[in-house]
Amino acid sequence: MLENKEYKVIGTRPIRHDGVDKVTGRALYGADFQAAGLLHGRVLRSPHAHARIISIDTSRAEALPGVKSVVTAKDLPDAGDKVADLGEGAVNLKHLCDNILASDKVLYKGHAVAAVAATNPHIAEEACTRIDVEYEVLPPVLEVRQAMAPDAPLLHEHLKTASMGETADEPSNVASHLQHKLGDPEKGFAEADIIIEREFVTGTVHQGYIEPHNATAHYNADGQLTIWCSTQGAFTVREQVAEILQYPISKIKVVPMEIGGGFGGKISVYIKPVAALLAKKTGKPVKVLMNRADVFEGTGPTPASYIRVKMGATKEGKITAAEAYLAFEAGAYPGSPVGPGAMCIFAPYSIENVIIDGYDVVVNKPKTAPYRAPGAPNAAFGSETVVDEIAEKLGIDPLEIRLLNAAKEGDRRADGPVHPRIGCIETVEAAKAHPHYTAPNGKKHHGRGVASGYWFNIGLESSVTINVNSDGTINLVEGSTDIGGTRASIAMQAAEVLGISAESVNPSVVDTNSVGYTAVTGGSRTTYATGYAAYEAAQDVKRQMIARAAKLWEVDEANVQFADGEFSSINGKEEQISFRDLCARLGETGGPIVGSGTVNPGGAGGAYATHVVDVAVDEETGKVDILRYTAVQDAGKAIHPSYVEGQIQGGAVQGIGWALNEEYIYNAEGEMTNASFLDYRMPTCLDLPMIDAVIVEVPNPGHPYGVRGVGEVPIVPPMAAIANAIYDAIGVRMTELPMSPDRLLKAMGKI
Amino acid sequence: MARRSHVQTTLNGETVEFLCEPRQSLLEVLRDELHLTGAKEGCNNGNCGACSVILDGRLVNSCLVLGVETEGKSVETIEGLAGPDKLHPIQDAFLENAALQCGICTPGFIMSAKALLDQNPNPTEHEVRYWLAGNLCRCTGYDKIVRAVLDAAAAK
Amino acid sequence: MPIVAIPSLLRNLTNGEDSVTVPGTTIREVINNLETHYPGMKARLCEDDRIKPGIAVYVNGLLTRGSILESVDADAEIHFLPAIGGGISETVH
Repeated sequence: MLENKEYKVIGTRPIRHDGVDKVTGRALYGADFQAAGLLHGRVLRSPHAHARIISIDTSRAEALPGVKSVVTAKDLPDAGDKVADLGEGAVNLKHLCDNILASDKVLYKGHAVAAVAATNPHIAEEACTRIDVEYEVLPPVLEVRQAMAPDAPLLHEHLKTASMGETADEPSNVASHLQHKLGDPEKGFAEADIIIEREFVTGTVHQGYIEPHNATAHYNADGQLTIWCSTQGAFTVREQVAEILQYPISKIKVVPMEIGGGFGGKISVYIKPVAALLAKKTGKPVKVLMNRADVFEGTGPTPASYIRVKMGATKEGKITAAEAYLAFEAGAYPGSPVGPGAMCIFAPYSIENVIIDGYDVVVNKPKTAPYRAPGAPNAAFGSETVVDEIAEKLGIDPLEIRLLNAAKEGDRRADGPVHPRIGCIETVEAAKAHPHYTAPNGKKHHGRGVASGYWFNIGLESSVTINVNSDGTINLVEGSTDIGGTRASIAMQAAEVLGISAESVNPSVVDTNSVGYTAVTGGSRTTYATGYAAYEAAQDVKRQMIARAAKLWEVDEANVQFADGEFSSINGKEEQISFRDLCARLGETGGPIVGSGTVNPGGAGGAYATHVVDVAVDEETGKVDILRYTAVQDAGKAIHPSYVEGQIQGGAVQGIGWALNEEYIYNAEGEMTNASFLDYRMPTCLDLPMIDAVIVEVPNPGHPYGVRGVGEVPIVPPMAAIANAIYDAIGVRMTELPMSPDRLLKAMGKI
Repeated sequence: MARRSHVQTTLNGETVEFLCEPRQSLLEVLRDELHLTGAKEGCNNGNCGACSVILDGRLVNSCLVLGVETEGKSVETIEGLAGPDKLHPIQDAFLENAALQCGICTPGFIMSAKALLDQNPNPTEHEVRYWLAGNLCRCTGYDKIVRAVLDAAAAK
Repeated sequence: MPIVAIPSLLRNLTNGEDSVTVPGTTIREVINNLETHYPGMKARLCEDDRIKPGIAVYVNGLLTRGSILESVDADAEIHFLPAIGGGISETVH
């Protein structure tokens, strides 16, 4: 059983390998890249939320001294209407290209229209003001229900609703409709003693990584294109740039620099193809940086949504049926995470009768990008609030009703497949037993709330090679951008196999020419899948080392065993040699050893979380303070517990921001009016208490050490947990995010 | 292009001279002219603290100070904190506490924490949170950062 | 024989049946046999002998790479679901 296994390295807390570089300022992030003769690029963005481009005149910009080149959509190859399979799943190539540089229409304020390369950033910025663009301004569509109305202005004249392989006849802003149906919902609701149905609205929020997007590109005279950038997936950048520029993958090298946060928002490309176009036209390396307003207005927020949830239960608390309607704003082009939202909404429960309808709808806002468990937080805000209300009306403890209905191995998910081994019950039980949940909670305007969440996690491809050094250390080569300590968590899995210390592994994240294909750092997959590849590469090293020991001792390989970092001969000759000493004898036993591992595992184990929060509501101002926060999560197996706790704490706090403060605020013209960190207010440390992260370990049978992805699920429960705590404090059900002071005051009838 | 000014300042204890345009911020000078890229640009308008440095003993956002303003002054950046073979106790505490994930905000937090501990060697948790509220971190939820600063204070 | 769960939006082709049993040792064979019994099914699931973009294939609860060449056990349970949009899933390279 994985459960009882004792490990030497796994589960310990070594200093991360890239730590010293990152605390001394030496680590090089994308914007830190320098090159001789470097030019600076700047992107001109649309001032309108919805407009047709009549003309673009770049002549005044080109005449400015210091300007080396100006590009527009005309410089991109004709995309036609091809559908490409890229890092974001299947995407329409025209949509992808139009989001890089708008061709015929601008679809959101901040939509890129043209770009300049100049000898310094200030000249490039000034040149942008000299590009003359004539627009025919169109009425913007800014809200999902408005966009779905039959008379709504259309963003795309050719977009028609697709539903499971069938396409509607008439154009619409609804890009797709999906449905999951299990059992007989009508019958299920008829069996219920109590039915609760509520509507929910959530705002547009941003991933909020501190490092703006950046890219430096250079074309060599031989046509070799190199791109240095911050990205969650160097290979995904290579694929997207190749498609957009219609350029061979073999001629593109992507060098992933250190990355300053992503949370899903640094998978899509924006300025990387632009930097490449400018580099090609100038023959010089060109660096393009976004500023903070560009990041808010031009890159991936996660959708606003309108959600309806109806659930029925018997008076004993057994949920008999559930229904959900999810309409998500995709932004300017199709591709909202309504799919995963629909898959996750009822996943903490085993319910026999379910119907879920999801709609992906375009609006005049930036094209949405993934954000930590995309879609699931919006969905859980609805479902977990309704479950809380059912528990309250029936007089059942809110964690008890979750246990009563908890999903477990063998139960069928609403979207069909059967759950493998999961830790839903275990997280709820751990929350229930936690001293936080049993602590007194009776003060006026103080309240406690709980909520659960699910995220399925993904596997996908990873490659790792290991080079064995003569001093008993190994160099581990990987392609997964290290966004939060994964050099350590991957190295530790190789160290465990080889019986060496974490410090004996030198991990490197390398460019796309130097390692096998590796999918994005996303989907909570890196420690799981790249760690799995490291495990396989270390096994490969071990097999080769066993052969060397056998050669050294002139015994059969079958007679060599490896345990605790020592090779020994069994059955006959008594011999022993440590991993380190054998490493010193590779030359004489056959030469260097390189181990390799590639995986594409299907067994990414889904992760559950249950959060408990105490709040205080200020009756006069409507402000909500977080008094205490406990986040319980099934990690499968925590490789480096400190960084697992860090993921849990960070995810919970992003959820707190989403719950209480964060939203894009638009005026009637479709302009975001709060595109700065001052006005788009993310939590600071003064807004928060310590976040108690509780790791539960229900090993994932789909990984040699039982790892489940941990990065995403902690952002799923906070909004509902806080809404439920607010209800406990003041007796008002909040159904709109964020639960900002003005909304609280309105809900309390004070304004 | 505006005429470049000559500036002499003390940077991490050493006298340095540089030329810069009057419109260039200290952050731009550090990064683009002196190639010290430890201070990061997260917002360029004083809201994120990723570019925090210490100017004549005072914590500042280097994006809000002009390069020419440092004439005759003393600037401390993240690059000057560690000794040749030893990290500063705050840096050690950040590593021991796993108080960083992506690391982009880390230099700013460490400079901010240094400025705090220079004037208040034994802060309470609330004082740490109050002082560091000008530095944004999106990865960690701040828990481990606050613990690291408290640990560094205790270790002094 | 493999069991195929029919997505609710395709049940008009199966007279409302939510799951059917058809022979086949690969996804391609299963889909071809579905088409024989329930005409119109293949056009909803495939395009040029490939699974349509936007549709994901699960076999025994695990997400596959969506290849029609994927082999299936005699007692496999197959689901055709809307592919996960929103960028957390990479499809075929």
